[in-house]
Amino acid sequence: MNAPVHALLQAVPAAGDSVRRATQIGEPNAVAMGFFFVFIAITLGITYWAAKKTRTTEDFYAAGRSISAGQNGFALAGDYMSAASFLGIAGLVSTTGFDGLIYSTGWLVGWPVVLFLIAEPLRNLGKYTFADVVAARLRQTPVRIAAAIGTLATVIFYLIAQMVGAGGLIKLMFGLTYETAIVVVGMAMIAYVLFGGMIATTWVQIVKAVLLLGGATILAVMVLSRFGFSPLALFRAAAERYGDGVLAPGKLVANPMDAVSLGMALMFGTAGLPHILMRFYTVPDAQAARKSVFYATGLIGFFYLMTFILGFGAMVLVTPEVITSVDKGGNMAAPLLAESLGGTPFLGFIAAVAFATILAVVAGLTLSGAAALSHDLWVSVAKKGEATPIEQLRVARISTVALGVIAVLLGILFKGQNVAFMVSLAFAIAASANFPALLLSIFWRRCTTLGVVTSMLVGTISTLLLIYLSPTIQIDILKHDAALFPLKNPALITIPLSFAVGIVVSLLTSDPEASAKFAQVERQVHLGAKG
Amino acid sequence: MHNDARLRALAARRTRFAVTLTIAMIVIYFGFILLIAFKKPLMGGLVAPGLSLGILLGALVIVASWVLTWLYVRWANSYYDRELAEIRR
Repeated sequence: MNAPVHALLQAVPAAGDSVRRATQIGEPNAVAMGFFFVFIAITLGITYWAAKKTRTTEDFYAAGRSISAGQNGFALAGDYMSAASFLGIAGLVSTTGFDGLIYSTGWLVGWPVVLFLIAEPLRNLGKYTFADVVAARLRQTPVRIAAAIGTLATVIFYLIAQMVGAGGLIKLMFGLTYETAIVVVGMAMIAYVLFGGMIATTWVQIVKAVLLLGGATILAVMVLSRFGFSPLALFRAAAERYGDGVLAPGKLVANPMDAVSLGMALMFGTAGLPHILMRFYTVPDAQAARKSVFYATGLIGFFYLMTFILGFGAMVLVTPEVITSVDKGGNMAAPLLAESLGGTPFLGFIAAVAFATILAVVAGLTLSGAAALSHDLWVSVAKKGEATPIEQLRVARISTVALGVIAVLLGILFKGQNVAFMVSLAFAIAASANFPALLLSIFWRRCTTLGVVTSMLVGTISTLLLIYLSPTIQIDILKHDAALFPLKNPALITIPLSFAVGIVVSLLTSDPEASAKFAQVERQVHLGAKG
Repeated sequence: MHNDARLRALAARRTRFAVTLTIAMIVIYFGFILLIAFKKPLMGGLVAPGLSLGILLGALVIVASWVLTWLYVRWANSYYDRELAEIRR
């Protein structure tokens, strides 16, 4: 058995014989390895096929606009459903009951907002990045730089959280060392993006979404089969064993302001995530973009409903004591549930699905970060839009490798650190820096370059500053007695602040070009570039 | 020129509808969160054996997200697309 996991198991005081239960988790699992190699082989096959089709920057960044609405629905779901939601929420529900479900709903409610406010205007106005939209009637250079800062901050924090999570989980599930796991993830991800660009990344997301949804559904059906296919019978069994308290709100929402602030980050952050926004450029038109969000919302909502079943299933069938004895955070609830229902082979399958999930998310993130570096900073700012297609493609690929290497290094650098907060930090930056800028530039005639740029910068900097001053960093990580800022997530302050700064600075400055172009841009928002 | 006026009217109409739906989503989700924060005993109460009001409302938040996106897509696929097609002509 892998030494650290063994130590962890021993370190937990045994709460009776029920805890000392045989699990294959942490041992090299032939089935998991088998599924994992099949996944790698299939995705590299896809990458080879995609590489032959990737000739232009439009192929590399936007899959040649050839993805259908249904395919993009799956790809959006694949980009969004991270291992954190699969393993983390199932674990949270299995150890806290109802409180975990608060997350299940929070992660979905951003999608309707994406549909109503962002998806179609974005597709009609932009080419490759969300900065294309913000810069449509504002001055290119300052907007591109500010948008690239917002994008890279979001992507880097999201990447760190994914990489560190990946290293830990893979170590736990496959028995590889942390560093090996990070390097394997990094190499596979760079291969997908570097050679296959958006075409490969999209299909990796689709394969992953099908695997994850399929795996979760099979697992949920197996759980429900033990309870006469009635979710209520399952919840009742949980309440009988652990009290009605598991069906009721507990300590998680102790501070309402914290809950509202996190909710705002999730709801408006989804509409500012660069790797999600980039997906809308892969479909042929705004109508397909609209339909793809509809499909994605259906799939993601279905997945989070599944987490209700998986979480309570693991609570009843595996028990919280066993789950926390394998991993204190509860992250192994779903794999343990799979093992108890389907034995080692099913554990292997679910472990491989979790791995595929992580790989796909980091590939999408890396591609969107590379687009900000190459399309926004290099081509639009440094070369003022005067770069040959061959040069653009080359810079995009160099950026991919650079960002991939940085992700691996950061993953190793942050080994053992508590990085769970970085996902909500990424959402807070996306919600405070990217979302207000998109909204103001698309819908408000009076906004000016200076107003939007200040809004983006204030959004990014205030979020970083307030997170640093928050209890999450000051008390949990730096072990100080108190924190200057009371909220764990700053979105409650930073989103209104960023809007206010954008509006006030716009009103104090003038940008004749921006208002002159408004009619034309409004036309394009609805009719597209061809209209 | 007539076309431009028609597009502006359609744009205003889409914005109104989109903002209304967004506000509906905000009210539903933050209403759920505030109920959890301030009405814990109510949310923990059982509406059926095994089903607390909190779990029921949580599932309904997900269903409401589906219904709102469906409402928008239905409107856009029929009315909005048809208007755009006529403006393009």
